[in-house]
Amino acid sequence: MASELINKYMRPEHLPHIWCPGCGNGILMRNVAQAIDNLGLDHDKVVIVSGIGCSSRAAGYMDFNTIHTTHGRAIAFATGIKLANPELEVIVIAGDGDISAIGGNHLIHAARRNIGITVVVFNNNIYGMTGGQYSPTTPRGEKGTTAPYGNIDRSFDIAGLAYGAGASFAARGSSYHVQQTTAYIQQGILHKGFSIIDCASVCPTYYGRKNKKGSAVDMMKYQRDNAVMQEKAVQMSAEELKGKLVIGVLAHTNYPEFTAEYQKLIDRLGREAEEREREGK
Amino acid sequence: MGKTVLMQGNEACVEGAIAAGMRFYAGYPITPSTEIAENSAVRLPQVGGKFIQMEDEISSMAAVIGASAAGVKAMTASSGPGFSLKQENLGYACIAEIPCVIVDVQRSGPSTGLPTSPSQADVMQSRWGTHGDHPMIVISPSSVRETYDLAIRCFNLAEKYRTPVIFLMDEIVGHLREGIEIPDPKSLEIINRPVRRYAKQNGLPYHVEEGKYVPEMLPFGQGQRYHITGLAHNESGFPTNDNKEAGKLFRRLLDKVKNNRDDIVQVEEVMCEDADAVVVCFGGTARAAVTAVKQARNRGIKAGMFRPITIWPFPDKELEALSKKVKRIVVAEHNDGQILLEVQRIVKDNCEVDFIGRIDGSVMTPREILSKIEGAK
Repeated sequence: MASELINKYMRPEHLPHIWCPGCGNGILMRNVAQAIDNLGLDHDKVVIVSGIGCSSRAAGYMDFNTIHTTHGRAIAFATGIKLANPELEVIVIAGDGDISAIGGNHLIHAARRNIGITVVVFNNNIYGMTGGQYSPTTPRGEKGTTAPYGNIDRSFDIAGLAYGAGASFAARGSSYHVQQTTAYIQQGILHKGFSIIDCASVCPTYYGRKNKKGSAVDMMKYQRDNAVMQEKAVQMSAEELKGKLVIGVLAHTNYPEFTAEYQKLIDRLGREAEEREREGK
Repeated sequence: MGKTVLMQGNEACVEGAIAAGMRFYAGYPITPSTEIAENSAVRLPQVGGKFIQMEDEISSMAAVIGASAAGVKAMTASSGPGFSLKQENLGYACIAEIPCVIVDVQRSGPSTGLPTSPSQADVMQSRWGTHGDHPMIVISPSSVRETYDLAIRCFNLAEKYRTPVIFLMDEIVGHLREGIEIPDPKSLEIINRPVRRYAKQNGLPYHVEEGKYVPEMLPFGQGQRYHITGLAHNESGFPTNDNKEAGKLFRRLLDKVKNNRDDIVQVEEVMCEDADAVVVCFGGTARAAVTAVKQARNRGIKAGMFRPITIWPFPDKELEALSKKVKRIVVAEHNDGQILLEVQRIVKDNCEVDFIGRIDGSVMTPREILSKIEGAK
């Protein structure tokens, strides 16, 4: 039913997209649209905010209020949009470099603040737009054009990072696990608070080729064959989890949402001012 | 008749902004602009607006642009180091044509410099700080009351031209306290952004009518689902690599300020009609300069003061006309000669140009300016 989704939620005049054949981003973009469709959200009230990078081009293809911002700052723009008009459903689409390197500060603070935006990460473990440099999620030992001898850095677990910073909803999906990932995005949008869905994408062009991961299909098969559900993963050792892709909901807790709390403050000050006026002070 | 209150410059900036319709502020603490954030935190929720202290200067600028795209008048304030950090997103606001106001309460020196000392050394940064050819409107106040009035003007120009406006304050005025009369809100002229009268689903959100410079704007969430980007775009709002289309956009952005300069440029001329020697200065420096001009008059020297209120676009026509009438111009500023460059470019050989600058964080005295008016070398 993809074509129906395309007609309803995409901007066909701006398709085909610029992503390489075999890229996982198209599947993830579709999942976002499917989640919105399943929830029956009002087109006009949805805002898609993106930063810079391959993933960020998604905003231009999707028929909502869309804003393609500066590198790393999508969450910060989204914070302004959401606080200015909390009625809007604000969804950030960002890549791993965008969200956890240059934009890492905004990620942890938006999570801490628990502002009601949903962040969907298209995590392909590489800077694709600039041609294959290693990113904060490139596994140790893997190669990029700026890690020609293998990456020495440790890699970030983005969902875990956001959870540690206080995200009240954090989940991991993948481009292979379409149903589950769509469900997590849906839960994230419904959740009243900061939500993040870290989705493993595939980049056969740069990450795959640099690291001899085979074809796009091989990379998708890898996601299928190495996925472990979160419930099972918590019982596994670090050694057992090596090379595995953990899928599932990491955190789902209730905590007061920022814009709702701010509205309470405005209401309280308004009541106090009225009382003062009544008392003639 | 408004009420008279004792107010600090930074506080007047907030009150003027609220009177102009500011209902969103995002900022990060930095001296000497912090009172602008503090006062916004107190005042905005009282009027149904929103204040947020962001995690850094960059995100403050981003949040302000986001809020404005959602239809709310928004402002941020900072000083030197923070103003440097805001530059990338400032350029985004230029190209995406998102109205907003950025206050820079200038402090002294490069880097951390002298955080609590006055300076006026961000003149060129305010014009050229963000990369690429871009338009910029920069306005500078010299008193507390003027800070109130010009904060409103900053918002009016930002809204009218859909462009970021920089309110270039300095520590002298930011931390100055004066008794000011708050004008009756009904007496104020408040300009709101040109709003698209109806939502056309397949309309061109960046379409500009023939002979006009500013596209109408519809906030997010009101029925026209359009795309905003920092990439070069055509009238559809979507990215383009076409040189003709990109050139058309970049030219229009520059022209909308350049060709409306008569509406944007404001100057104050004090006793210039018969003057032989004129002090050219702006912001807090003008306070000492006015005193110096009066002292010179008392000594029989026909002195005057020319003060750009709009720093960018620079009041070239006004200064050029004046330079043909006077014998000497003394440029006085708290930097090593930034306005001076503009003055020399405009005045050429029309009259003598002398300079007095200050870069050590101390404040220039009327006596020092007076001695320059008198022609001391």
